[in-house]
Amino acid sequence: MSSEFDTAAAQLRLHDATPAPVTSSPVLRGIGLRKKYRSGTSTLEVLRGVDVELAAGEFVAIVGQSGSGKTTLLHLLGLLDAPDGGEVHLAGTRIDTLSSSKQDLIRNTQIGMVFQSYHLLPELDAVENVLAPLYVRYGMLEWLRRRHDARQEAVALLERFGLGARLSHRPRQLSGGEMQRVAIARALIARPQLLLADEPTGNLDAASGAGILETLTELNQSDGLSIVMVTHDTAIAARAGRVIKLADGCVEQQLTTPGRSAHAPPDFHERPARAGG
Amino acid sequence: MYKLLLCWRYLRTRWIALASVVSVTLGVATMIVVNAVMAGFSHEMQTRIHGILSDIVFESHSLSGFQDPDWHMEEIRRAAGDNIAGMTPTVAVPAMLSFQVRGQWITRQVMFIGIDADTHASVSDFGEYLQHPANRQQLSFDLREGGYDTQLDADAESEPLRPALENAGWPYRRERVEQEKLWRQQQQAAGGPVRPLDQHVDAVLAATEDPAPPSDTTNSTDLDAAAPIDPFRQARPDEGRTMDPATEQFAGIVPGIGLASFRDRSGVDRFLILPGDDVKVTFPTAGTPPKAVSNTFTVVDFYESKMSEYDSNFVFVPLEELQRMRGMIEPETGIGSVNSIQIKLAEGANLDEVRDALRKAFPPELYAVSTWRDKQGPLLSAVDMEMAVLNILLFLIVAVAGFGILAIFFMIVVEKTRDIGILKAIGAGSSGIAGIFLGYGLALGIVGGGVGMALGLTITWNINNIRQAVEWWTGQRVFDPSIYYFFNIPTIINPFTVSWIIAGAVGIAVAASVLPAFRAARLHPVEALRHE
Ligand SMILES: Nc1ncnc2c1ncn2[C@@H]1O[C@H](COP(=O)(O)OP(=O)(O)OP(=O)(O)O)[C@@H](O)[C@H]1O
Ligand SMILES: [Mg+2]
Repeated sequence: MSSEFDTAAAQLRLHDATPAPVTSSPVLRGIGLRKKYRSGTSTLEVLRGVDVELAAGEFVAIVGQSGSGKTTLLHLLGLLDAPDGGEVHLAGTRIDTLSSSKQDLIRNTQIGMVFQSYHLLPELDAVENVLAPLYVRYGMLEWLRRRHDARQEAVALLERFGLGARLSHRPRQLSGGEMQRVAIARALIARPQLLLADEPTGNLDAASGAGILETLTELNQSDGLSIVMVTHDTAIAARAGRVIKLADGCVEQQLTTPGRSAHAPPDFHERPARAGG
Repeated sequence: MYKLLLCWRYLRTRWIALASVVSVTLGVATMIVVNAVMAGFSHEMQTRIHGILSDIVFESHSLSGFQDPDWHMEEIRRAAGDNIAGMTPTVAVPAMLSFQVRGQWITRQVMFIGIDADTHASVSDFGEYLQHPANRQQLSFDLREGGYDTQLDADAESEPLRPALENAGWPYRRERVEQEKLWRQQQQAAGGPVRPLDQHVDAVLAATEDPAPPSDTTNSTDLDAAAPIDPFRQARPDEGRTMDPATEQFAGIVPGIGLASFRDRSGVDRFLILPGDDVKVTFPTAGTPPKAVSNTFTVVDFYESKMSEYDSNFVFVPLEELQRMRGMIEPETGIGSVNSIQIKLAEGANLDEVRDALRKAFPPELYAVSTWRDKQGPLLSAVDMEMAVLNILLFLIVAVAGFGILAIFFMIVVEKTRDIGILKAIGAGSSGIAGIFLGYGLALGIVGGGVGMALGLTITWNINNIRQAVEWWTGQRVFDPSIYYFFNIPTIINPFTVSWIIAGAVGIAVAASVLPAFRAARLHPVEALRHE
């Protein structure tokens, strides 16, 4: 079980292969990403050449109308789907053309994902859901060796998110906000470089949504986690350091939120907005 | 790791999947029970056949047989070397067994076999099949003073008794003679005509409600001469004196129990003749052309191999007696002839090799050499065939169960589509996803097969209790001993067969999960995540 990941990791050597200084290249980069869906005779071009960059420690929000392709873009960046054109780079390495086992490994170790509808596994309790990426990564023996530390870490994460009393609850016994916090903990357990969140507050009431947003902001500011968050609420987008607006399959506008750009490198601020403003 | 965990959780939360393996369970249980019972029957039959027949039968093609069995045995020993553990000569001829029950003559066609009382038990299980404990130790053709087994099987409790054997032997013979004398005196006192004895015996017995019917007591060398002469006149032509039937007997005879009794619906054996009764046997002499001769014998025991084919066909008498009666003894030299030699092989000797060696050593025009398997080949292969066909049919049932698993697994994959998307999103590979469902199939197969094994073994171990319970419940005999000749259903559990059955069931469960697992592995993560 573990071997497939171990060999993939050995072959990949993601960090060794990119000795270039991290500051000069962004953590995540999408170049000219295209995606079209074919249904019968008509073709729907959802993304037609989208460029996005995320510097280390940056918090970017992607906004756009419903159906503008935000989720599609996030899936391409998170390797859940293959683009019809363009490239995805993670820390300077092109990742969209890697073999599927290497992509599996990157999803498991480098990228944390949070979804609008939480997507927890109903058969597992909160702690087990948080540990799921580690279950996937380790084989039986490896897991037995690490189980104690891993469990402590998962409990610590849940406690940090105020779920110390919900450790052995199943997802259906949790509220939406609690489930989303479990999902965030799951995304973080593998200590990824990058968090991709697709409308994490979309199904929540205002108060819970604000709590989730608070958590993400804090992770970005105190842990330096790079975050891409999709939302169509401009008020929420305003919490991010930078906002990318999608329209008609292209990046319509990039806005830098004043005072919320502490972690973004300078050159990002000077980047001109694409297309008409 | 997640594969195991999720397999376990799916197993615990999806009882419907367990329902799909119920058919696997039942199939496995049925196969185990059927195989155990069939193997039990087959084994029982083989041991019986083997117990009746010696390892190798060396026989002459002609009824008159061959001369000088001692010389032949020496030759056989020379040809087969150390492989021989024991030998005994026998004479077997077709014959008619006649006895009288309540005034009626009953005649049966039998195989009349002369055996050497001292050595015969050493080549086959012959001794074990006798009804008197002392005869089982060492057969004697002298009538015993009673003590015949009244229980069919010493260790079985529920089995019916053979009350008629309680009194068998000398006490029965004396009692019968006494009754006859009494009756004759009454007849003479009344001045009535002397009629054939048996009708009167019948009347006496009917009056006393004796469960044991009388048998022929006329002692004539010829069946046609059953005339109202003195019934206690000595029958042997070579001895001209009169014998006293209360203290003397004719040559001993051991008929198969099927010839002497029948089992009624309640399972109690009813005897037509008993040890102590006299019977007549008509058989061909050894001369050319053979002439039919008759002789009277006294029943001293019964032979019960529980193979009805033999029990209702074989009749054993002392070898020398038969040789003499058939004229098989050379008057000048005193050397007898026999028509077969039964050979028992030493432990570990190869049956077929010894047979082939003997076939080479003796001219095939005169002698036939066959193993006990050769003799019963068609029967044994028919049983094997039956078992194979049954196994194929039952295995098809398990295979059909596989399709149930397939359908339910597809349902579960559809139901779990989103979870599969989640697992892929957090980095699970396609092979890992397939592994969950294959492992799930394996687990279900093991659960189904394991429960099936437990069920099958429990049923097999308790099959006779179950049989009794069913009989008690329905009031019907499920396993009619008058047909099968044994009271308990014999079973043999072969661990090898059981493991094959389990392996087959698990294999089918895994095979049925391959397609759903493949489908799950192929699911596109995005499609899966969008699935509601
Ligand atoms: N598998 C598919 N086949 C065909 N069309 C698809 C498929 N998946 C997505 N689309 C289309 O692509 C477009 C973009 O979808 P996407 O989910 O990315 O939008 P979105 O911006 O996330 O919208 P929302 O804000 O409502 O979540 C939509 O018009 C959708 O209908
Ligand atoms: Mg969306």
